[in-house]
Amino acid sequence: MSDAIVIEEVSKRYRLGASAPADTLREAITRFVRARLPGRRPAPEMPSAVARDRREIWALRDVSFSVARGEVVGLIGRNGAGKSTMLKILAHIIEPTSGRARIRGRCASLLEIGTGFHPDLTGRENVYLSGAILGMRRREIDRKFDEIVAFSEIERFLDTPVKHYSSGMYVRLAFAVAAHLETEILLVDEVLAVGDAAFQRKCLGAMSPGANKGRTVLFVSHNMDAIRSRCGQVHCFDRGQLVFSGPAAEGVDYYLKTSDLPAPVTAISLADNPAAQCEGLRLLDITLRNPAHPAVGPCTGDPLSIWLRYRSTRAFASPGFSFAISDMRGIELIRLTTLPISGFPIEGLHPAGAVELFLDELPLVAGPYALSFAFVRVNVAVVFALPNVLQFEVAPSDVYKSGFKPDQSRGRIVVRHHWSHAPEADPI
Amino acid sequence: MDHGGPSHHRSAAGSDESQSANETVIQAGGGSFAVHIMDLWAYRELLRILVWRELKVRYRQTLLGAGWILLQPLLTLVVMSAVFGAMLRVPSHGVPYPIFVLSALLPWGYFASSINRACSSLLSNAHIIRKIFFPRILIPISAVLAGLVDLLVGMVLLAGVLLVYGTVPSLRLLFIVPLTLVLALVALAFSLWASAANVRYRDLSFVVPFVTQIWMYLTPVIYPLDLVPGRYRFLLEINPMTPVVSAFRWAVTGDASPSLPPMIAISLGLSGVLLFGGLIFFRRIDRDMAEVI
Ligand SMILES: Nc1ncnc2c1ncn2[C@@H]1O[C@H](COP(=O)(O)OP(=O)(O)OP(=O)(O)O)[C@@H](O)[C@H]1O
Ligand SMILES: [Mg+2]
Repeated sequence: MSDAIVIEEVSKRYRLGASAPADTLREAITRFVRARLPGRRPAPEMPSAVARDRREIWALRDVSFSVARGEVVGLIGRNGAGKSTMLKILAHIIEPTSGRARIRGRCASLLEIGTGFHPDLTGRENVYLSGAILGMRRREIDRKFDEIVAFSEIERFLDTPVKHYSSGMYVRLAFAVAAHLETEILLVDEVLAVGDAAFQRKCLGAMSPGANKGRTVLFVSHNMDAIRSRCGQVHCFDRGQLVFSGPAAEGVDYYLKTSDLPAPVTAISLADNPAAQCEGLRLLDITLRNPAHPAVGPCTGDPLSIWLRYRSTRAFASPGFSFAISDMRGIELIRLTTLPISGFPIEGLHPAGAVELFLDELPLVAGPYALSFAFVRVNVAVVFALPNVLQFEVAPSDVYKSGFKPDQSRGRIVVRHHWSHAPEADPI
Repeated sequence: MDHGGPSHHRSAAGSDESQSANETVIQAGGGSFAVHIMDLWAYRELLRILVWRELKVRYRQTLLGAGWILLQPLLTLVVMSAVFGAMLRVPSHGVPYPIFVLSALLPWGYFASSINRACSSLLSNAHIIRKIFFPRILIPISAVLAGLVDLLVGMVLLAGVLLVYGTVPSLRLLFIVPLTLVLALVALAFSLWASAANVRYRDLSFVVPFVTQIWMYLTPVIYPLDLVPGRYRFLLEINPMTPVVSAFRWAVTGDASPSLPPMIAISLGLSGVLLFGGLIFFRRIDRDMAEVI
């Protein structure tokens, strides 16, 4: 048989109540005692807890497909469609609720860059640690060590703890380890998109020495250009269901045609989104506002305020808020962060706070865009990311005073500019 | 993660069809209990690295580095000997009090710090658990194993104290080796429960240090067992740590109560049950750990 992965009617249900981190011993004991107090009606639970326990999400529903050996396959779909869930099931990280999947061959997964890196250990030690966690054998790491170091280009800092690395060095080393994973099957979530070309080549490249078949890769991306150029087949997910399987170009077209379904919004509540809380930080909502014309919303050439409210139980040294705006093909147009390298460092988080990113002039032509958010810590990697968390529409405006309002048929960016034209003084 | 090795899900498929050697089947409830445990062998290298990380990070951080392992029990010993030995004159059956207390303090300290470290270990590795597969039981196991290094250094301290008092150790001392194995298993049993329960009840890691503190006073560490009035002694005798620390003390000093052998048997049985239950409980929490952690 030539199928490397066979997925048969896999479903996954998340129970939201069970994952409530508010579950404490104290609550459990209180509930236990209350239920047994004489004369008391059994456990008057908090209404929120009741509601929480009943909520569940089908992140995947009866998904079946198979992946031929040596194929590079893309998984696409809107946020929350179930792409990462699919990869996590194949990677054994979570169990499916029903259905089954079969994997033939040694399989590695790359759901995040720098998994297992420890900030207090040196670069050299982290290569071994992270390599082992990703499933490399010690001898394998020994053998590839020099190659990994060469690829990372950080030889001089090999014996420095990675917490002293710049963000760039950290990421390079993490990529270098990941790029040298040598398995028949590789599952990759988003991270390819942020890697450079050499990294992508290494990850996707043909690897099997004897046979002339390449490695099987299953990768998730919001970058439609990458999907189109890298993948043979794509599978498009929508709210947990597989809605398209077929050649990449057709799949991307299908996705782009159907994905502008959600009405563009200017605000999104994240309070119920489990992906928006981690390590003590909880995001409440993101709001886009146009202070010049509040009724219009984001508009070409107008100021734009992106406002994020959060709650945090930790201060986080040099927290990095990062907003990126990309177009519907997934090409990132703007990315702005509060990391020290951005020139706008933030000291630490407040228990309750808000950050505002203010653009003096929104330099985007009219049309649909997606806003992505990430929370990054210096040298610790991405704490969490919400790719394409909000889709918004930029309203047209005649910024060039030409009578024509620029839209996506003419580039994506507007620039203050002028032309000049004069006869050449001394034609040759 | 390497699923190519001994795959723990293979047997769960209810193999009615012949599968290629390299095939992994993923499905709900995958992996029987026994196979799950067998799987650990394939991950011994990762376990080694996790233990090494634990030690490296712990001792790189402290000011005195590895010297801290020696200094910590030494200071505790000095304080305890001063307070309970010299001032309160706790009887120690003719054994010099420092030897008496240290021989029990070492196993107890190992036990308490193992549980405390293991308890928060899963949550502090949550970022890895969410992103990569490996048997998560390796995490509390590595916490328990890493503590053995401290115990070993403590033994060196003990040897020094024996030397100072001019005690000639007998062959009995060799019993420390099997006793350490028993100690580690008891510590593992409790660590499995604590670490898994902490995933569900996040405030457990605040309770455990307090509990182990109280527990120490319910264990004959700083006083001999026979100092406890008879009708309260059962409190100590149902405590699985009582025979373990008593046996350590016996191996070092030769001082033993006649009820030691049956107590050890009971403790071993109890720990076996706890360990088995801990494995099952851990497996239950493990199933959706990556989702809820
Ligand atoms: N641990 C969890 N507990 C509860 N619900 C979850 C959990 N993880 C994911 N979900 C939910 O399952 C659904 C699918 O999530 P998944 O991460 O697979 O989406 P995705 O397609 O990867 O989205 P994105 O493009 O944003 O990465 C979402 O509704 C998400 O909120
Ligand atoms: Mg995802």
